[in-house]
Amino acid sequence: MTQHDPVRRRFLLGGAALGAGALLAACTSNDKGGDNTNAQTQGNNNASPNANSAPGKKVTIGFSAPAADHGWIAAITSNAKAQAAEYSDVTFTTVEAGADAAAQRSALSTMISQKPDVIVLLPHDGKELNAFGLEAMKAGIPVVNLDRAFPDALAYRLQIKGDNYGMGVAAGNYIAAQMKAKGVSNPIIGEIAGIDNLELTQERSAGFKAALAAAGLTVANRRAAGFTVDTGQAEMSQLLQALPKMDALWNHDDDQGIGVLAAATQANRKEFLMVGGAGSKAAIEAIQADNSVLKCTVTYSPSMASSAISLARLIAQGKGMSDLVELQVPKEIILASETITKENASTYLPLGFS
Amino acid sequence: MTGLPAQTAPAVKEALGGGPEEQGKGGNGWWSSDAGESTRRNLGLIGVLVGLIVIGIITRPDLYGRDGWWIDNVWAILKLGSTVGVVAVGMTFVIIGGGIDLSVGAIIALAGVWCTTVATQEFGAGGMIFTALLVGLGVGLVNGFLISYGKLVPFIATLAMLVAARGLAAQMSNKQTQQTSNQTINSIAADSFLGVPILVWILGVVVLLGWILLNRTTFGRRTVAIGGNVEAARLAGINVRLHTMMLYALAGLCCGIGAIMLTSIGTSAQAAMATNYELDAIAAVIIGGTLLSGGRGTIVGSLLGVVIFSTITNLFTLNALSTEVQNMVKGGIIVVAVLIQQFRFNSVSQFFKRNRITTAS
Repeated sequence: MTQHDPVRRRFLLGGAALGAGALLAACTSNDKGGDNTNAQTQGNNNASPNANSAPGKKVTIGFSAPAADHGWIAAITSNAKAQAAEYSDVTFTTVEAGADAAAQRSALSTMISQKPDVIVLLPHDGKELNAFGLEAMKAGIPVVNLDRAFPDALAYRLQIKGDNYGMGVAAGNYIAAQMKAKGVSNPIIGEIAGIDNLELTQERSAGFKAALAAAGLTVANRRAAGFTVDTGQAEMSQLLQALPKMDALWNHDDDQGIGVLAAATQANRKEFLMVGGAGSKAAIEAIQADNSVLKCTVTYSPSMASSAISLARLIAQGKGMSDLVELQVPKEIILASETITKENASTYLPLGFS
Repeated sequence: MTGLPAQTAPAVKEALGGGPEEQGKGGNGWWSSDAGESTRRNLGLIGVLVGLIVIGIITRPDLYGRDGWWIDNVWAILKLGSTVGVVAVGMTFVIIGGGIDLSVGAIIALAGVWCTTVATQEFGAGGMIFTALLVGLGVGLVNGFLISYGKLVPFIATLAMLVAARGLAAQMSNKQTQQTSNQTINSIAADSFLGVPILVWILGVVVLLGWILLNRTTFGRRTVAIGGNVEAARLAGINVRLHTMMLYALAGLCCGIGAIMLTSIGTSAQAAMATNYELDAIAAVIIGGTLLSGGRGTIVGSLLGVVIFSTITNLFTLNALSTEVQNMVKGGIIVVAVLIQQFRFNSVSQFFKRNRITTAS
């Protein structure tokens, strides 16, 4: 042993670590080098020129949504951004909503002091941010509430949201119709729900149950996952053990559906038909390709963020929706949950979020 | 070390929590000797496990009666616990060494996201596995460095890493779910080898290697020594700082393996994956009889802890019971399992062995 040995070894180790580090750093890129625009206007039939889309008064729209932890919320933010960029008369400012309602409240109070013409807001929790809505409205800034309702009607100028109960109804109706068409008399139906203590999950399940009950059907087994891929896979893998034969399954969320589908593939099960929820791009593509158990998805589309920006602009400019008789934008809009199947998948594909 | 491990030092042996090899020791059976302490604990856990399975058989005889269903169910339970099991092996080392790692779930998410970026996927399965392992190891080393050389409390250092690593994962993935198109990676969760799912093979190999490392190497003995008494270990000439750093690196490496498994299981990775895995792993390790203050613990116990948890999930799904009840029962099981280990098997085995002598101690 010479005393150079440890030195050389350290040198080699250090070199290896550096090299590995450099290699890893090169691996962080996610650039697909292609289209990544998410503007939803292309999805709508904007072909006919609309008087409202012509540039008008310059307006500033303030926007706030929770930091995204999964695809849907991420799509909300990117849709809002993309839609605002479509208008030459809109200045778009955004504040990070942080991790919880308190952080969002403090971020928003700085926004009020900047006096935007209108605020579009997806709150962490509608009840907790109700007071902010009142404050902003009092300061003369119209508030557009996105998806999570304020209990107080004075706290918002416009509320636009999806229909969780209707989503469950749409899924239930589709499954009931399919079972009838296939002549399955006593179908075994499974359900993979999202995070169970969220109101939206309970509403979805209530709608699903009601629609099935109307057709004389019941859910055989319901598992609650966590809106993530790995929890979806885990719950599905056990559900498949509990139901050795299943006829239909509703999974509340297409993002967790990746895991649900993976579990079905891994267990080699394909005797059932699966309905998704939300309407992700991957799910719509799978429905279109028709090569998996996923036959349908019911929407809860983040395209509502695009619409919210368009409507916020109209509110700030004092215009109404051109197809309606009213001179101002209505106060509440609840999107219908639409059913996407193989037949209409191509129409909905541009609205799918990744 | 001379001769049989059982003959070296009973006190150390107890601390090491030996396996069934103590059977050969002296005239006493393993069930009553001090050295068999942890074996008795593990027997208690097996008792709980058997109880759960019996409940399953009683409540769903129709399913257990189906041809070949039960073996599928065994694999489903083991696959469900496979990722947490691998993580729990690393966690066992960290806890025996007197530390704690709260960042394991976040490391899995970071390694999973890092190995599924478009750039990494271009390197194929080998590149993805290499990346996941290296990221896990690297983050573990950072944890270990902060704790042993930066003198941060493990709880704080790994809590900071929990937040930071998930943040980096979210940044890197742009908060999207990254699907893998690599068939080799995806087949890890789907395929079997010799009738045993590959995930279960990985779990088995990691557990075996962990057992050997803990019970049959100086590394393992030093870990126990450091967890038992840091000062004594330092005076005995152990490089405590370096060793502690290696423990966290080992935990990180296990997370890297877990990241590949979980990525394969979900055919994708996202920043929110492996949420609460740190709690699952710590709970399993504690149920397994490892002292939270360090110095004692077994790999087999941790494995049993993981399997008990997945069996409960399985049992509740089979009976279509709600998740809320399931979580309450899981909490209860932690208490019951620890209680059983503390009282039941000590007193029962002593009762059978010494009921005539009636030694109370």
